[in-house]
Amino acid sequence: MRHTRLRAVTTAAVAAVAALTLAACGGASPGDSTDGSTDGNTSDGDDGDSAAGGEAGAWILTGGGWPVTAASFERWNEANADQQITVEEFENDAFKEKIRTSVGSGEAPTLIMNWTGGTLADYVANSQVDDITAETEDLVSRVMPSVAQNGVIDGTTYAVPMNDVQPVILYYNEDVFAQAGIEVPTTWQETLDAVATLSDAGIIPFSLAGQSVWPELMWIQYLTDRIGGPEVFQAVLDGEADAWSDPAIVEALTKIQELVDAGGFGDAFASVAADQSADAALVHTGRAAMLLQGSWVYATFHTDNPEFATSALGFTTFPTIEGGSGDPGNIVGNPANFWSISASASDEAKQTALDYLNEFVYDEDQLTAMLDAGSVPPVAGLEDRIAQSDDAEYLEFAYGMVNDAPHFQLSWDQALPADQAQELLTNLSQIFLGEIIPQQFVDAMNATL
Amino acid sequence: MTTVERPGAATPTRPVAAVRRARTGPSFWMAVPALAFFALFALLPLGGVAVLSFMEWDGLGTPRWDGIGIWIDTLTDQATLDALWRTIVFVVVSYLFQAPVALLLGVFMAGRQRYRAVWSVLYFLPLLFSSAAIGITFRSLLDPNFGLSRAFPAGTLSTNWLGNPDLALYAAIFVLGWCWVPFHALLYQAGVRQIPASLYEAAVLDGAGRVKQFRYVTLPQLRYTIVTSSTLMIVGSLTCFDIVFVLTGGGPGEATRILPLDMYLTGFRSYQMGPASVIAVVLVVVGLAVSLLLNRITGSSRMQSQQAGA
Repeated sequence: MRHTRLRAVTTAAVAAVAALTLAACGGASPGDSTDGSTDGNTSDGDDGDSAAGGEAGAWILTGGGWPVTAASFERWNEANADQQITVEEFENDAFKEKIRTSVGSGEAPTLIMNWTGGTLADYVANSQVDDITAETEDLVSRVMPSVAQNGVIDGTTYAVPMNDVQPVILYYNEDVFAQAGIEVPTTWQETLDAVATLSDAGIIPFSLAGQSVWPELMWIQYLTDRIGGPEVFQAVLDGEADAWSDPAIVEALTKIQELVDAGGFGDAFASVAADQSADAALVHTGRAAMLLQGSWVYATFHTDNPEFATSALGFTTFPTIEGGSGDPGNIVGNPANFWSISASASDEAKQTALDYLNEFVYDEDQLTAMLDAGSVPPVAGLEDRIAQSDDAEYLEFAYGMVNDAPHFQLSWDQALPADQAQELLTNLSQIFLGEIIPQQFVDAMNATL
Repeated sequence: MTTVERPGAATPTRPVAAVRRARTGPSFWMAVPALAFFALFALLPLGGVAVLSFMEWDGLGTPRWDGIGIWIDTLTDQATLDALWRTIVFVVVSYLFQAPVALLLGVFMAGRQRYRAVWSVLYFLPLLFSSAAIGITFRSLLDPNFGLSRAFPAGTLSTNWLGNPDLALYAAIFVLGWCWVPFHALLYQAGVRQIPASLYEAAVLDGAGRVKQFRYVTLPQLRYTIVTSSTLMIVGSLTCFDIVFVLTGGGPGEATRILPLDMYLTGFRSYQMGPASVIAVVLVVVGLAVSLLLNRITGSSRMQSQQAGA
């Protein structure tokens, strides 16, 4: 009797647990927020069961200038108790992987951060972000046109910039150049000469985060633009047949391999990772002379080695290429990060998000915070404020660079659709490693068009 | 809940239940929760992946049926074949590295001298760390600019382990082994401790030295431990993702892009869910086939006692 009883109790308990488990799983209908269980209190735009109707959600990144954005949301939430915006912070790669599936399943936060380009085009093609042309007219009019236009597709605004403009800049260690007794190169020939001198002195000429691969893009982007102008990559974006076969791209690839062979990046660049700022560390520890990186590393230098950043950090533009037809004023990089509004959000959440965009993006407080952090707002007419800031020299350089640029090329991996971008990164890393020759790169990339 | 009423309700069925239990051991219902979990969290997603492998989907729009075309494209793609070859090298070299080291360590640790306990604790340490943490640590240690070579400027240490396409895969195999050898050594230690001392006494009487004892007593007695450990090692390295992903992300170039990474990068970087699902299905099938095959050829499905006469 005792055994049977025990067994029956166990059976019943097991059945109950199984039933509960099944019920719990069955209860998760597509409309519910499944993120809540893994991330804590996500406020998804589409769920009707949020307490206040005006509640919205936003995902942002960590590091770089992102604390400024986080602070902006904090100010918003303090001032708008009935229109709270829940903010979650992600590491860059984690964000990119999570946002796409969230958007695809209609679970996206109200404010969808993106880099425009291929990703935004995908969102638009699938009607997952709203047309915000009329609502954001005022904000867009304050932003530099070369930056704002990235969020416009076929005359309709789907995304608006929300943080600093991020041109790629050539940083250098002034002390190292003084020791080596040479000047910072301004042409390709001077670059090759500098590489020879620095290598002989046991210094890595250019620090390069080859393990992360995307910093290698900056090289091919600048070289292609200097040699052939922005039209070369535009043909790729337009999907023209054999667009990668352009002589400018082949020459850029050849120059990259010449530079690698000459020891331009040292012999261990494939072990250097950008997400740990190892590339910047090589420069501020004096083991590398130069670094081609986005404007965000200026803040990294100041955080990691303030003494170096205030005394020996130099910055300049990418060298010109003899015989190149591209305008030397052109720049590459990320025009900014952008906000789009999720089409699947509730009307109240959308209104909250729009109010935030119009009232808080690039408002006085945010502009001040950005300039204090050494980052450049893509807002016209800031010359006077920049001249009075602590980092006036650098900010004036970067601001002028962006303001005067005839063309601002969005990073290729962001501009292209995801599958082409991955193919590009893989093949480019093999060019840097010397595993393939330029023609193999061109053939592989033409196959993706 | 209803548990209070159930005992009474179950009583009338006692004779039947008793008969069935005598025939089949523990009640089938004991397996229900495990089966339910398995069905929900393994079989159901697996079915989803199988269906998705015939579809074109970028993660955003609606999946579009494409049929067998994706399978043909993916399996004839040179990148997939390269990844497959790398995976084979990865699995074989991992096994050749891990199995002997784990076996010898396990046998050594099964001894009962006190100093061995101290060593054993040290050997087990890697088992306590998460693989992501191990990956990040080794990436820093092996960094030729800021890693171990800075502290000990010795020649081989400053080798570009993770940045050299010819070395990266083997560096990853070493780190994977460093992670998992303790676990398998633990299996072997337990296995060795199960061997009756009388077998060794008999061997000594027959004049067997240490090597012969190992060869003729320990190894045969460990047969099923070896099968279990080998299956875990092979299937484990076949599906190994985390360590390699954290260490190299599949690079430099494509040097460490083994199938699990190929699957992930295709799915979540290129957003080609169809081809990624094909690779996933291939991995599942190969993994299942390998473990079944190992069981079959070693006869361990019968699992007889090896201690007859002990």
